[in-house]
Amino acid sequence: MILNASGCLDALEAPEVARALDAFVTKTVTPQPREGNRPVRIAETEAGMLNSIGLENPGIEGLLSAKLPRLAELGVPLWVSVGGFSASDYADLCAVLDGRAEVATIELNLSCPNVEEAPESAAEIVTAARTRTAKPLYAKLSPAASDLPETARAVQAAGADGLSLVNTIRGLALDERTLQPRLGHELGGYSGPALKPIALAAVYQCYRATGLPIVGMGGITTGLDALEFPADPTRRPRVGSAGNSPKSSPLVTSRTPRKFAGFRTGPGRCVLPE
Amino acid sequence: MRRSERLRVLANEPLGPYALVRVERGSLDPGIPGQFFMLEAPGRPLPRPMSLCQAPPGELAFLLEAVGPGTRALAATEPGDELNVYGPLGNGYRLEVERPLLVGGGIGVAPLPYLSQRLGAPPALLGFRSDWHAEAAALVPNAEVVVEPILVTEQLTDFVRDAHKVMACGPEPMLEAVRAIAPDAQLAWEAPMACGYGACYGCSVEIDGVLQRLCIAGPVLEQNGGTHGSPVGPLLYTTRRRADSWAPAGQSPATPVDATSRPSRGSRE
Repeated sequence: MILNASGCLDALEAPEVARALDAFVTKTVTPQPREGNRPVRIAETEAGMLNSIGLENPGIEGLLSAKLPRLAELGVPLWVSVGGFSASDYADLCAVLDGRAEVATIELNLSCPNVEEAPESAAEIVTAARTRTAKPLYAKLSPAASDLPETARAVQAAGADGLSLVNTIRGLALDERTLQPRLGHELGGYSGPALKPIALAAVYQCYRATGLPIVGMGGITTGLDALEFPADPTRRPRVGSAGNSPKSSPLVTSRTPRKFAGFRTGPGRCVLPE
Repeated sequence: MRRSERLRVLANEPLGPYALVRVERGSLDPGIPGQFFMLEAPGRPLPRPMSLCQAPPGELAFLLEAVGPGTRALAATEPGDELNVYGPLGNGYRLEVERPLLVGGGIGVAPLPYLSQRLGAPPALLGFRSDWHAEAAALVPNAEVVVEPILVTEQLTDFVRDAHKVMACGPEPMLEAVRAIAPDAQLAWEAPMACGYGACYGCSVEIDGVLQRLCIAGPVLEQNGGTHGSPVGPLLYTTRRRADSWAPAGQSPATPVDATSRPSRGSRE
């Protein structure tokens, strides 16, 4: 399966791309609308990019009224990414989404590097969310955890059905003339090719620790990159900012699914693209 | 209709300090003057947004100033190289204008040759920092050219008094000054972009007091009437840096919110 990474594709602006995916993952939605972080929000680096968007989104009401019905018309399974600032935020969002038939899966964004975190642990948030929805729950974790497999085991015990690995990793880029931060929020989340070995290690370790289905993402730029992720057919490669590289602008293009199409059938039966 | 296509570079011509990169048009629509294309910057992770400079038959031409790694890579392209090009994107200039006056500063002249062509060569007022930079003025017919220390805004008042409607592109301080003289001017702004079509929220700037994505709200904005019906007010793009950005937590009156300065729970970081 091939999915987009949350926040890297607007399915309503580029429906032809979204329809070519096996599932579309929304940008993270929070209980209230958020304006996001102050500009400048993106900075290219030598091997990728930093972003500090800050979870700009229309809030759950905005998503449900303005976007979800149109997303459902795409005919692609919908994964809704949810974020919050407390366990009850996540739980409330899951309760609302539980009643919406359009939603196939809920992804808990437990690792945005650009906003304040909820005070509870990842496992506590999954526990709270689990009580409010029967839909599949995927926990999206940061690769920066000191003991990521332990976190993975904890969210599994709390009721997560799968893992999304990995989110961006915190970084800082400086203006070469002023040596001041280039991002308005100063720190941002790094994504790009250098994230791939880190993501692969996370997938490898967490799969061994839990056996859970895993959506692998981070630094996937080519079909061969994607091939390294689904060593087990239950793991789904996902394309994020790498889909934004010059070879495949915009973030995820109509060419992207074709680029990865050979890998859709799983290892051993794939046809390598040129 | 925007499309993405791999296009061959036909020519790369120096023009003063600038480079005019001409690529084959393929099946791409040149769009409306002021709209932009995302150009692959060879070897760089992100493409670069560039407004269309000229649209001769079968070609798209972009005027670049090599100021960073992406524009340097684009300025170094050679005939026969191939680039991914995606567009046209964003909102261009509203062309139904009586007595238009084109105003450009520096590399901001980039969209004006195509705009001039579409409007039938109206008068233009162009400002550059040196005679060398002013070589780019050759692209815009019917242009009055000033070189620093003379600024375009010094010449602008007479035109505005003459009921000309301003359509401008240039550095942010110039646009602010133009707007002070001609509040109803159509102004083309810029911001760093990653996707160019509204997906990533990376190019958000403050428009009318609200953060909006410049790639789909702009890049051409006007105060009254609004491009494509959206009223637009003051734009605040400049991010002013605090001198104490590096001050340790607690020593700065406005310490940035930063999760690393708070107790870590370990499990989420």
